[in-house]
Amino acid sequence: MLSRVANSLYWMSRYIERAENIARILDVNLQLLLDFRSLDDEGMRDHWMPIVQAAGEQESFIAQKQRATASAVAEFMVFRQENPNSIVSSICQARENARMVRDQITVETWEELNRLYLFVLSPEARQMWLDSPTDFFNSIKSSSLQLIGLSYATHIHNEGWWFSQAGRYIERADKTSRILDVRYHTLPARGMPKTVNQTEALEWSAILRSCSAWDVFKSAYGAEVHPRNVADMLVLNENFPRSIRFCVERLNDALRRISGVSERRFSNDAEKLCGRLAAELQFCTIEEIFEAGLHDYLDQVQLKLNNIGEALFNAYIFQSFEPDGEVQLVQQEEQQQQVHCHDARGAVPRLNHLT
Amino acid sequence: MTAMAKSQPAGSLLADYHVNGLFDEMYGRDGGVLGHYEKVHSAFGSLAREDFHAKRHSVDLAFLRQGVTFNVYGDSRGAERIFPFDLVPRIIPAKEWELLERGLAQRITALNLFLHDIYHEQKIVKDGVIPAHYILSGKHFRREFVNFTVPKDIYIHVCGTDLIRDDKGQYMVLEDNGRCPSGVSYVLENRRAMKRTFRGMFENVGVRPVEHYPQELLKTLQHIAPAGVAYPRVALLTPGANNSAYFEHTYLARQMGIEIVEGRDLLVRDEHVFMRTTKGLQPVHVIYRRIDDDFLDPTVFRKDSMLGVPGLIRAYRAGNVSLANSIGTGIADDKVMYYFVPRMIQYYLKQEPIIPNVPTYLASEEEDLKYILENLEKLVVKAANESGGYGMLMGPKAAKAEIEEFRARIQADPRNYIAQPMISLSCHPTFVDGGFEGRHIDLRPFILYGEKIVIVPGGLTRVALRKGSLVVNSSQGGGSKDTWVLYGDE
Repeated sequence: MLSRVANSLYWMSRYIERAENIARILDVNLQLLLDFRSLDDEGMRDHWMPIVQAAGEQESFIAQKQRATASAVAEFMVFRQENPNSIVSSICQARENARMVRDQITVETWEELNRLYLFVLSPEARQMWLDSPTDFFNSIKSSSLQLIGLSYATHIHNEGWWFSQAGRYIERADKTSRILDVRYHTLPARGMPKTVNQTEALEWSAILRSCSAWDVFKSAYGAEVHPRNVADMLVLNENFPRSIRFCVERLNDALRRISGVSERRFSNDAEKLCGRLAAELQFCTIEEIFEAGLHDYLDQVQLKLNNIGEALFNAYIFQSFEPDGEVQLVQQEEQQQQVHCHDARGAVPRLNHLT
Repeated sequence: MTAMAKSQPAGSLLADYHVNGLFDEMYGRDGGVLGHYEKVHSAFGSLAREDFHAKRHSVDLAFLRQGVTFNVYGDSRGAERIFPFDLVPRIIPAKEWELLERGLAQRITALNLFLHDIYHEQKIVKDGVIPAHYILSGKHFRREFVNFTVPKDIYIHVCGTDLIRDDKGQYMVLEDNGRCPSGVSYVLENRRAMKRTFRGMFENVGVRPVEHYPQELLKTLQHIAPAGVAYPRVALLTPGANNSAYFEHTYLARQMGIEIVEGRDLLVRDEHVFMRTTKGLQPVHVIYRRIDDDFLDPTVFRKDSMLGVPGLIRAYRAGNVSLANSIGTGIADDKVMYYFVPRMIQYYLKQEPIIPNVPTYLASEEEDLKYILENLEKLVVKAANESGGYGMLMGPKAAKAEIEEFRARIQADPRNYIAQPMISLSCHPTFVDGGFEGRHIDLRPFILYGEKIVIVPGGLTRVALRKGSLVVNSSQGGGSKDTWVLYGDE
């Protein structure tokens, strides 16, 4: 499979997953606001800034010099195309990547993704967003889930498919870690929190609902929401499809299906790093994680995921074949991207591997 | 002189159609429906207005959803547009088509003989049929490739020849596109849309299929694979997702089951071409390139090209990779060479051209130049090396200032201009602004030259949607129609 094609498939599903996860975070937090009477500016900032941070876009939001109100944050995270991680930008880039590999994806997948793209740029999307943000977020989520279903049910599960799986799971692991980290300032830097008040409990349950984990959480741990159990569920659960462990294990599977190298061996850094992270998640306990501090732990997980992504890129996409030629290749990539920017349709395309 | 179309009950779709005195594809001079249109005419006539609108809407929506779109250069939003599609098919009876087929085959044969000749012995020049300076001054004449023998001696593998009909219905060649003609994906997609929308009509009317084009193209490409390669790998080289024809590139690659590559996916080592894959380097043997000569290899042609592959030309010269179309075919696209094509046919094939050219004046011939400058307001002036409807003066419709601007340009660089009388293209009933009106059309058949010559029946019928406009190019507000070649004549 062409390296560029593998790269596009990887980023196509990664961006779809990103759009879905941002929709999840925003939806739950907007609903959560309904439970709080009124928040002053500071309260608003405390509530929303961690969510902007979860998408990794704190700086560009601050650069806009806007108050962190619900509508400003939501506008920034949903529609703002200058924000490369907004829902609309993510969908535009997913579709741009899909366009580059039209010959590799099924008609059904293309049509659904293209429909989603046309939808988010249409006035109807704005109207739906004004009438009912929850309906809007649901339509993003269900389109993403439909794309996942189509990918399972209509695509041949070949090498390219495993690349798209890798993109999806690395993104989901990253986003789950960020969603879980949203309330870190209410936790002690090290050690387990003793008690949680009612507001905090609501916030932690919002985190669970962001990940569609509310019902399954209750059946596993009962109705009382304690950060220990929430983190246990979202970091270490073996079978919950949005837990970090689950995602890293699927990522590990995908990497091994791509290379054909068996468990306990590795042929490149991506497999080595991923195998190691999977083993850590398999054998550590939630107490140890709180001991070290949940926030620091999640920071490390994100860093490790980034390293895996980079190693994947180096192993398959950006292999160097001849020292002289590589300069040229980088130039070509840059020029390509510049061409993009010239006819920018708003979404600012960037060098994928730096994202 | 306008005649009301006959034989339609009042209120039906085509009842208000006016045959506006020009040559109409569907109606005779007396307003009667021509034999080969009768079935389609009555089918559309019996269609309720609402049904017609519903069908139109669903076809447009399907094109948009599938992304059957093109990009318009110079549109800052870079928006993709659908190529407007008109539901009423253009119909060509068997007898007419068979004549066209022979004419097109004759033409591509002559063009390939001409290209071989000017890149080798140059007999046609030595025998005084074409003055040498016209060839040597051709912008797309690649003197680097003189005495280079291309695989299987085929220069143009894929040709899109634009045909028009004048006010008497006479078919004429308007131009040959022997570099990277585009549009064939619309032929295939239009047909699919029509089959979905008007299921029953096809069987009833007896329409020749077009769906085999991708297989025929693949065969044509495999035919030129370097000798000794048991399983040649064919790839389509695209400039990338921002190219206006990108949809077509992915479409054809998918239909042929070949890789679609960009310049950055390829690399040349030891005069062999490879593509970068997740499993390392894999050889490529035939490249169907949709990039102009100038951009193919920055070490040979344009240094600033980032679309091409450094070293590609060396590999090509070494015979390790084949290109379709070959390098240097652009000289046959030159509108000055067009003037000489009938003479090429006479010279190489000892035949008379089956499809005539449009009468053409060369600005670099003294007598012609005088005539052109005196009659600018009556003529159509074209730059010799532009396509897509750019760089053109429509004398009868142009403002005075524009005419004067072209006068200066022609005088400054006569080699680069030709002029033709304004041909009043044939009209075809087309749905515009809520009703049917006659709009000008042309036809671009696609000719494949491999082991044998294959022409998929019909081609792309383009229609100028603006009233009175004679420019059918998609970049200039044109649309398209499905083209039906019948098994019979009725």
